[in-house]
Amino acid sequence: MDIHVVGPKASVEERAAVDALLGAPATGWFGGERDIARDGRSSRGGRPAAVAQRHLLLPAFHAVQDRVGWVSRGAMNYICERLIVPPADAWGVLTFYHLFATEPRAAAVVHVCDDIACRARGAESLCASVTQVLGPEGTAPDGRGTTWMRSPCLGQCERAPAALVVRAGAPSTRVVVAPASSADALTRALAPGGTGHLTESLADLRAVVPQAGQPGLTLLRRVGVVDPTSLDAYRDAGGYAALARAIELGSAGIIAEVTAAKLMGRGGAAFPTGVKWAAVAAEPAEPHYVVCNADESEPGTFKDRVLMAGDPFAIIEAMTICGIATRSTRGFLYVRGEYPDAEARLARAVEAARAASLLGDDVCGSGYAFDVEIRRGAGAYICGEETALFNSLEGKRGEPRSKPPFPSQAGLFGKPTVVNNVETLANVLPILTQGAAAWAATGTSSSTGTRLFCVSGHVARPGLYELPFGVTLGEVLRLAGGVAQGRDLQAILLGGAAGMFVGPESLDLRLTFEDTRAAGLTLGSGVVMVLDDTTDLADMLVRIATFFEDESCGQCVPCRVGTVRQRELIAQLRADTGGAARTGRLAILAELGQAMRDASICGLGQTASSAVESAVARLQVFRSGSAL
Amino acid sequence: MGGGTSSYREIEETDCILLWGSNARETHPIFFHHLLTGVKRGARLFTIDPRRTSSAQWADVWAGLDVGTDIALAHAMAREIIVAGLAHNEFIREATTGFDAYKASVLPWTLERGEQATGVPAGVIREMAHAFATAPKAMICWTLGITEHHNAVDNVLALINLALVTGHVGRWGSGINPLRGQNNVQGGGDMGALPDRLPGFQHVENDAVRARFDRAWGVTVPPAKGWHLSGMFEAMERGDLTALYVIGENPAQSEADQHHAEARLAGLDILVVQDVMRTATAELADVVLPAAAGAFESDGTVTSSERRVQRVRRTKAPLGESREDLAIIVELARRMGAEWPATDAEGIWNELRALSPVHGGMSYARLAAGGLQWPCYDETHPGEAFLHGRLWERPVGGPRAPFSIVEHALPVEGLDAEYPLRLTTGRRLEEYNTGVQTGPYASPVRRGETIDVSPEDAGRLGVVEGQRVRVRSRRGSVVAPVHIDAALRPGLTFMTFHFPDEVATNHLTIDAIDPKSGTAEFKAAAVRIDVLEP
Repeated sequence: MDIHVVGPKASVEERAAVDALLGAPATGWFGGERDIARDGRSSRGGRPAAVAQRHLLLPAFHAVQDRVGWVSRGAMNYICERLIVPPADAWGVLTFYHLFATEPRAAAVVHVCDDIACRARGAESLCASVTQVLGPEGTAPDGRGTTWMRSPCLGQCERAPAALVVRAGAPSTRVVVAPASSADALTRALAPGGTGHLTESLADLRAVVPQAGQPGLTLLRRVGVVDPTSLDAYRDAGGYAALARAIELGSAGIIAEVTAAKLMGRGGAAFPTGVKWAAVAAEPAEPHYVVCNADESEPGTFKDRVLMAGDPFAIIEAMTICGIATRSTRGFLYVRGEYPDAEARLARAVEAARAASLLGDDVCGSGYAFDVEIRRGAGAYICGEETALFNSLEGKRGEPRSKPPFPSQAGLFGKPTVVNNVETLANVLPILTQGAAAWAATGTSSSTGTRLFCVSGHVARPGLYELPFGVTLGEVLRLAGGVAQGRDLQAILLGGAAGMFVGPESLDLRLTFEDTRAAGLTLGSGVVMVLDDTTDLADMLVRIATFFEDESCGQCVPCRVGTVRQRELIAQLRADTGGAARTGRLAILAELGQAMRDASICGLGQTASSAVESAVARLQVFRSGSAL
Repeated sequence: MGGGTSSYREIEETDCILLWGSNARETHPIFFHHLLTGVKRGARLFTIDPRRTSSAQWADVWAGLDVGTDIALAHAMAREIIVAGLAHNEFIREATTGFDAYKASVLPWTLERGEQATGVPAGVIREMAHAFATAPKAMICWTLGITEHHNAVDNVLALINLALVTGHVGRWGSGINPLRGQNNVQGGGDMGALPDRLPGFQHVENDAVRARFDRAWGVTVPPAKGWHLSGMFEAMERGDLTALYVIGENPAQSEADQHHAEARLAGLDILVVQDVMRTATAELADVVLPAAAGAFESDGTVTSSERRVQRVRRTKAPLGESREDLAIIVELARRMGAEWPATDAEGIWNELRALSPVHGGMSYARLAAGGLQWPCYDETHPGEAFLHGRLWERPVGGPRAPFSIVEHALPVEGLDAEYPLRLTTGRRLEEYNTGVQTGPYASPVRRGETIDVSPEDAGRLGVVEGQRVRVRSRRGSVVAPVHIDAALRPGLTFMTFHFPDEVATNHLTIDAIDPKSGTAEFKAAAVRIDVLEP
């Protein structure tokens, strides 16, 4: 393409960062030094090269961000030359993702989570403490080279409050500190060779899986027990038995098992997995792709993180089986940028699997080819939406696409694609090893198997729990030790920020797809966030509304405008003392919610008002004086 | 018949495109959109151009040949196709003539010799040859990089040979297409504005044809062909041509070797110019006839590069004393004593339909819905998307297509120590020819005339961007600012002729004429650059 790159040039360091990813430029036409003897008579590239390389745009931005701490115009220009991307287009992508900085920034950044789960566990006092030590948010006083900023949910809710500590350099470091007791803990982690951060060791994992090692677990049976860095340990603990069965069964056999098991998607939409796989397998267009959606960004959700860090080979094995079933040879695992430990562990698992021929051109000598690439998100909740995720993988702004066409017809790179959540894929292994019937005997007839519940907030033992479908909300709460410090329950946020609030009257609710649907609720991503009677619910609603305002991709008007208006209205409602003004605002709030549900093209806009409206309707927030 | 063989739609559905001597991205931007649709659907694009143009940047492969070595490149590709066994033998046997002689003429053109002659690496020549020959559907598109040479027709024949040897003509998605530079260049030729043709590409030296025109017009059409443009200028030089009637052209600034052209025009007994604008040629004229704008002050038709005749409708009355071209010509005829029947655009069109078989079926009523592509013989004929489909009938319909033997010949003006740089001329996206239409309008991207040089030459000359230098050829010199362009390699320079009033580029160009087409070698002059003293 005839792109026009003008303005600043990349620094030596920025070029080195990009070249480490892409290799040195092959010609002077695409970012290299001009060598007329080589370049004067021919060039190759054009649109095919631009199309083929576009998916490397986010990795290239990550490379510079990791090395330098921000992406300068010069660095962007160099990336544009290398990848043949128009600068205006690249700028649109660069500014879409929260984790990329486009202005100079301190090399070390502390991302302090102030989202709802951490808020319930003292995030604001942590922010105050950090302000004392590091100065106001976004500043780096005294040339200390460290700054901090507030962050949406980091997916460490069971260890709240949490912070992600990033230091640019070669190599860069990214560590999680949780619970972060004080600013001092964060500065210790920031120091070279820092301490006090998590490593997702077996001990760390056992702390977040209270049931670890107990009999009766399916998805969590290895987490905190089996060394997640060892392929041998994984195999000794039953790993890769499912793949062996899958190779025997072949595509149709695998799909028959998954379909018979009635496995429903665990990402929130509860779509039948077998139907999805069968649709992709049947598509004549080639190639087919497998995408594992590990962009777990729903506030309050951390289940996929625990599975990836605690049982990484299981996810790779399940993707391989999915590849065989759907006639795909290439899989992408898109993991959110806030999960450094899960990403690193998956990367090592992929390498080990490749070395053992469990991935590659001939998986286990079966004749099937399959491999996995891990791609890192860059701070965009919307990329959990499957078509936005495709765009992000393709190197574009993470904006959802209109459906149809559905991913099974035209997904990643416009090809038939199966996209599954991490937990969904993890279920495929026991389905194949136990057989569909045995696996489906757990749970109810419409909600088969077990479910992971992300229990956080004011409970005695927050953590990840695996329970059969049909368990009641009260039983989950009791298993987690009840409301912490013996306080009274005020509300439970079920399903995440896109879910709904329920009150104590809902403790008998059976947690199944059908029961929650009948009650006008959703299991969402399995969030059970418990809030005691001291919680300022209106403050929580402001945070939720702010979250959706920040995360709306801006593509469609109802969501782009509606999420702003919703946040403004909630702030006004908080300040109201009652009367006609409040009644009028509540009416507008309801109307906004309806407009977003009816007219947004994706789930973000459609659910941006769910939690707010449920709090008003079920918990009487803003309806009586008590909730102020 | 002279015209592109394919429809625009076909380039959207072809598999391989050789864009040869054309920067269509800038000079044919609408056609390039059709081409890009093809590229986006997976067609492989190869551009053959001395410069790495903005078109070349869209290509899978750019081949940067030396100016004027197109025949050598085509021959080397043809030889590779033949010796690799990729020639379309059935098509050659059934639908062509002269293959054996052609084969013998290209056999010496090994890849190595091709590289030596053109500068294009042998591997690139081979890749283009194989890609073109093995594509299920493939097209060659060219513009003035092929035709503004002293051997323009030979260049075109060399490309036609490539299409014949691979069978890439006469089928949907396969064809050979010169891109027309204006909305109605094709129409001008179709209507007989050629020295040897009557309307509908009917040869003026064919007695039967001429007899029909004689009958219809009640006059005797002169039996011999006339002069093409360059021939006219030569006739002016000899004094054989003393009166010139110029309609919608600006030869005072568009002809090669401008000093020479101006002197010839000034030496005429009478020069009449009919134009929308007061051009530099009009300034030399004895009589200026102000014309209405064809696009919106006139009724009629235009014909695009895909041979599509489309209606043009008058939307406003001509300004001031200006009149439609048709009205001016009819009135001129009347004053010269020829009482032509009063008519309008449709009446003239119907007269054409009666005389030109390929337009026979194109009534105004049928043209109203998006136009028709010739040939269109009668009112039931839908027109034809591509030409020469008959070559795929068995036995072949009509005469077979001949291979032509052509020889590689370098540009007339070689490089030497005194004039060591090759100057090639062309156009830019934001300007149009001599600027008659575009000059009066402000453009945010206009940067005026420049002498574009490679970074290496700029370094050697010690000049910087924007520095004014003198560019000198054997015919004249101009002063222009330097523009450093990485699309050029050392020894190659580029100018446009969009700003003749500021920088008369055609003072530099050479009027070496192709005897077959009458086109001058605008693409290859020898120049040197002198740094001006401060």
